[in-house]
Amino acid sequence: MKYTEEHEWLDQDGDIVTVGITSHAAEQLGDIVFVELPEVGAEVTKDDEIVVIESVKAASDILAPLDGEIVEVNEVLADTPSKVNEDPEGDGWFFKIKPSDTSPMDDYMDEAAYKDFID
Amino acid sequence: MDDLRETPLTGLHKALGAKMTGFAGYEMPLQYERGVMGEHLHTRQKAGLFDVSHMGQVLIRHEAGYGGAAQAMERLVPVSLLGLGEKRQRYGFFTNETGGILDDLMLTNRGDHLLVVVNAACKADDIALMREGLPDCEVTEVTDRALIALQGPKAVDALAPIAAGCEIMKFLDTGIFTSDYGELWVSRSGYTGEDGYEISVPKAQAEPLARALLLHEAVEPVGLGARDSLRLEAGLCLYGQDIDQGTTPVEAGLSWAIQKVRRRGGEREGGFPGAEVILDQLENGMARCRVGLRPEGRAPMRAGTQIFGSETGGEAVGHVTSGAYGPSIEAPMSMGYVAASHASAGTTLYGEVRGKRLPVRVADMPFTPSNFKR
Repeated sequence: MKYTEEHEWLDQDGDIVTVGITSHAAEQLGDIVFVELPEVGAEVTKDDEIVVIESVKAASDILAPLDGEIVEVNEVLADTPSKVNEDPEGDGWFFKIKPSDTSPMDDYMDEAAYKDFID
Repeated sequence: MDDLRETPLTGLHKALGAKMTGFAGYEMPLQYERGVMGEHLHTRQKAGLFDVSHMGQVLIRHEAGYGGAAQAMERLVPVSLLGLGEKRQRYGFFTNETGGILDDLMLTNRGDHLLVVVNAACKADDIALMREGLPDCEVTEVTDRALIALQGPKAVDALAPIAAGCEIMKFLDTGIFTSDYGELWVSRSGYTGEDGYEISVPKAQAEPLARALLLHEAVEPVGLGARDSLRLEAGLCLYGQDIDQGTTPVEAGLSWAIQKVRRRGGEREGGFPGAEVILDQLENGMARCRVGLRPEGRAPMRAGTQIFGSETGGEAVGHVTSGAYGPSIEAPMSMGYVAASHASAGTTLYGEVRGKRLPVRVADMPFTPSNFKR
């Protein structure tokens, strides 16, 4: 598992990376009431704003952590955005991306570094 | 938060684990551990305790008693105060020369004087306005009291053991109660759309009273986050956001607060700042009005969202002034101003969210039924 400074987690399995937000981020955002996901098949560029999250407090964006193609999105979030609060690092995942270049993964934090980052 | 003022309950909020924020110059609880959604729902189902000590409590006295104070104050607000019964409370607003709203407030007939409660952010200006505009009155800010709101269907159960007799009060009744926490100034009112009370308590007794109320199994502390979603679901305006110096009470849908006696043909017609504009709008209508808006999708339309009459092209017909997710209606909700031609309930309009025009329906407010003790 890798972590970005934008509080995303990235879980690589073969040539697919699953992306969501960390428990810390979900807690900071508060109750999430709306999630807008990218379209499957979309080609995205690192740092594109591809997910919109609305919590009871405010709207925030999630950036594409890698260049690549969106191969799957978590459709469940459209009707039950609260899944992100309930299980941010599990059932509350956002999308799966097939990166064209995985090298930025090496620059992202491991769990210990992320823990230091949020402390 | 060094520059922020504290209320007598700031220590309690922190002890209860609140996330604090700056609001109108005060350090206030945004939410507690339960979170905004949970606090909102708890208030509608049981009872929520809110610290509203940042609001201003001001006494207005006149040598001729309540009648003198009421008559004087009618120069500043378009409300009938001479017609307000003893121990009764009424909503009103200070207006400016162009009919705009300087602040909204609650006014109480306390028998021989007038008590007003004003917004924190406007408090200093309001007091200056009253000192200037009421030279015949003594205007005294109450600085030795805190203010607690207890809101929700179970509020009465929690307060009755402390202020015996509060249970027989009706909506907008007020009373002074002797209690274990000193003299309490209680009104059956609030700003959530629920039954409940606002309780003015001597500063030193504020925390003991709050702790006693929180001991009741139905009562949980509630922060500003849920206070905002509760008032929005109830269709109530937030000063500085939904109403301000550029909106008239008529445009804001607050004409109900201007009694007949202050309108054209009334016995005490006009005589308040901006009367010409306001009385003319009451008779002849206005170009735009505040409406409720229900987005058809799940995306909230927040303050600043531009509203259009069609899905493509055209100029904006209005904008959102407050928007959020409504935990009780389980849907997004907004209020804002639209051209009168587009303001009938049921009209489909389009809100521009992140570059996309999304359908939104003009809807009656409140979004949730009010639950007052009439």
